[in-house]
Amino acid sequence: MELLSYVLQQLINGLQLGAVYALIALGYTMVYGVLRLINFAHGDIFMFGAFTAYYLISKWDVPIYLVFPITMAVTALLGFLIEKIAYKPLRSAPKIALLITAVGVSLFLEYFLSLNSLFTPNYIGFPRPFEVTGYDLRLFTITNVQLIIFAVTALSLLLLYLLIYYTKYGRAMRALSHDREVASLMGIPVDGIISFTFIVGAALAGLGGILYGFAYPQINVFMGIMPGIKSFIAAVLGGIGIIHGAVLGGLIIGVSEVFVSAFISSTLRDGVIFFILFLVLLLKPSGIFGKWIDKV
Amino acid sequence: MSFFTSAKRFLLCSIIAYLILKGLFLSGFLTEYIQQIILFSFIAILTSLGLNVIYGYTGQFSLGHAGFYGIGAYTAAYLGAVFKVESIFSFLPILFLGGAAAGIVGYAVGVPILRLRDDFLAIATLGFGILVRVLLDNSDRAIEILGGSRGFIGIPKIVNLEIAFFTMVFLILVTRNLIFSRYGLFWQCIKDDELAATAFGINTARMKLMAFTYGCFLAGVGGALYAYLYSFLHPSNFDFLRSIDFLIIVIVGGMGSITGTIYAGLLWVTVIEGLRIGLPAQALEFRWVLIPIFLIMVMMWKPFGLLARRESKFLGLGKGE
Amino acid sequence: MKALEVSGLKKSFGGVQAVDGLAFSVEEYETLGIIGPNGAGKTTLFNLITGLYRPDAGEVLFFGRRLDHVPAHRLAHLGITRTFQNLRLFNGLTVSQNLTAPILGMHGYGLSSAVFRRRRYFKQERSAEEKAHVLLEFFQLADKGSLGANNLSYGEQRKLELARALSTNPRLLLIDEPGAGMNPREIRDLLATLRQVKEHFRLTIVLIEHQMGLVMNLSDRVLVMDFGEKIAEGTPAEVRKDRKVIEAYLGDELKTC
Repeated sequence: MELLSYVLQQLINGLQLGAVYALIALGYTMVYGVLRLINFAHGDIFMFGAFTAYYLISKWDVPIYLVFPITMAVTALLGFLIEKIAYKPLRSAPKIALLITAVGVSLFLEYFLSLNSLFTPNYIGFPRPFEVTGYDLRLFTITNVQLIIFAVTALSLLLLYLLIYYTKYGRAMRALSHDREVASLMGIPVDGIISFTFIVGAALAGLGGILYGFAYPQINVFMGIMPGIKSFIAAVLGGIGIIHGAVLGGLIIGVSEVFVSAFISSTLRDGVIFFILFLVLLLKPSGIFGKWIDKV
Repeated sequence: MSFFTSAKRFLLCSIIAYLILKGLFLSGFLTEYIQQIILFSFIAILTSLGLNVIYGYTGQFSLGHAGFYGIGAYTAAYLGAVFKVESIFSFLPILFLGGAAAGIVGYAVGVPILRLRDDFLAIATLGFGILVRVLLDNSDRAIEILGGSRGFIGIPKIVNLEIAFFTMVFLILVTRNLIFSRYGLFWQCIKDDELAATAFGINTARMKLMAFTYGCFLAGVGGALYAYLYSFLHPSNFDFLRSIDFLIIVIVGGMGSITGTIYAGLLWVTVIEGLRIGLPAQALEFRWVLIPIFLIMVMMWKPFGLLARRESKFLGLGKGE
Repeated sequence: MKALEVSGLKKSFGGVQAVDGLAFSVEEYETLGIIGPNGAGKTTLFNLITGLYRPDAGEVLFFGRRLDHVPAHRLAHLGITRTFQNLRLFNGLTVSQNLTAPILGMHGYGLSSAVFRRRRYFKQERSAEEKAHVLLEFFQLADKGSLGANNLSYGEQRKLELARALSTNPRLLLIDEPGAGMNPREIRDLLATLRQVKEHFRLTIVLIEHQMGLVMNLSDRVLVMDFGEKIAEGTPAEVRKDRKVIEAYLGDELKTC
């Protein structure tokens, strides 16, 4: 009984982490869909979201219901600018050049923001705008933070689904993921849709940043690296380019990470995630929901 | 001995460079710190050359090169501690074994992951690099002496100008001979068009594995030199940022150019360390702000690097007679 | 002697039957032309023969030897080479290296010969270069050997691709739409080159082509494909008259050539 409740408790904790990963993974998967690029800077957009929320809450006392939209707008703008400034000039360059540029953007954001006159390289306490309270459900406890995370994630997923499957932007995005050339022949404004994808993805990453701050109230300019990479792995695990794949992948990675920490060793948790990555790449590189690609 | 006679020009340049360096080292103009930086630049060149073989020549993008560099360093340091290596002669086999360990791991990892392409290979090698870092951080649990996150201490300082320089010269020659042989030609074919390479009889899986193993071997030798130059190892010396360092050297110098890697390696170490010396402490943090901008600009203007697929006549690193 | 024998060959992609029970054979030293509308499965057929795809059913025999478990990179060693519809030269290499690479793939030297520059290294490198030079001369590219392959004109690149396919002394040469993207003048030039190849090298050739003129002029026999199946086979003259062929594909195209 005790073990069961411990496992359930860890599962809830894992889902909390996984929900944040899912939000980040969505951006990776959408950008990969339209641009075939691993946007390494995506984890840093997530970090920027956490810092924006930090400033809004602790320096400017912005009410919580405004923190969400403002933060998301700020990160969306950042995502938009990154694409326009760094990636767009390389649209016809070799793929690896784009990838290296993405690594460059990521390093730039981290080190530029870590300047002492900006965010500094230190850890900063993230001020939760409310007290954490737990609700005892006999088998496990769930906190208000976790409830917020689950609710916000579920809501944004719902909205994203509506956006992608029921609006013309979403249709254009899917057409673009399918085949860029055909999409542009069909009259889809390719550049506009790519920008749009970055905006949506970056807004979700910003949201992830706020929620991460609520859950693990320590932020730092380098905080985006590992969650970024893990979320990308989540996207690969679920099947890159597939929306629900990113969500499931995020949850699996989050739960595995927490379970490894709880039952084996917390220092090995990153190792296990990469072990999962190797397994996926070797056994089914197209991911859980991906189709086998049978063309040379 | 056409190994040496076919590279007269390069050997001549090397000997002159060695004599100048030796003179400088003996003259007392150079502080110990600067001497160490010069030797480190040879290590950086050697390790980057390994990455150039993998990425620049064969087109297999790797973001985990520092992992292999670390494997070489830790293997050499560990073996040295076990066998109580303190002299130059017993060090040479250790140097080779450090490279071999990295090469063997590279082979084992390469068999499965080299089937992947471009960005998937990048993420797999990145994952490998982080895995190595995690294992090194926890290494003291398995083997106390490796030191885990406290670092590996007490490695004798054996590497001197002669060892570092001539190891580099020798391995540059070996690399040149490989590049200008059928193997190097096959590697470049794979980079250009893997499918066409297969259709013309090249066993691409085997050739990619060979390039990857050899590139990792060079990184391992570089790591082993590093261990016995600095006499202290820490997992953070072998993390993702180090992989980026080597990548920058390869890209700036030019994909598929030995000459480019040599120049870029020297330039890189000079700039990084020069900024450390030249800039006031407050400005130091700007280094990693400027470096990525530089990297992005190179990608926009010269996505294949500055000396892509060209060799300098002056250094005599062409095919040779 | 039959150089190539294909029987019951099938391949489908996601429910579309690209090649559907195809059977034909090619005699040694014969030139077989394969024509058919776009999507008839011609290139898929080449990819099946050269091991890039695994067939769903059927077999391919090369001088009586089954090819389905031979890895793709062994085919050149057995004596089968091909050209590609969309040029796939090694663009980072020189014109000459585009030939020496396959040549050295056939008869090479070991790793130690390479690293230590033993005599064998120099000998084989030189003989590969000489062989490449002879081929380049045949294709009037000899003076361009040290240029980058991507500096050649389109027509020259087509020639270089043919030279590369011949560099390994194949017994069977598969040519995939050599006239793709060429104007009528370039086509005439290509036809002359292909004729020379046919006369000069004793080879079995399978030629896929859209340009009717090319196929009808070069082929000893023509096979017509549609929807992955063979719909007619015979000498160029016979095929020209075949009602089924005219209906299915040639129609007005025939009148123009």
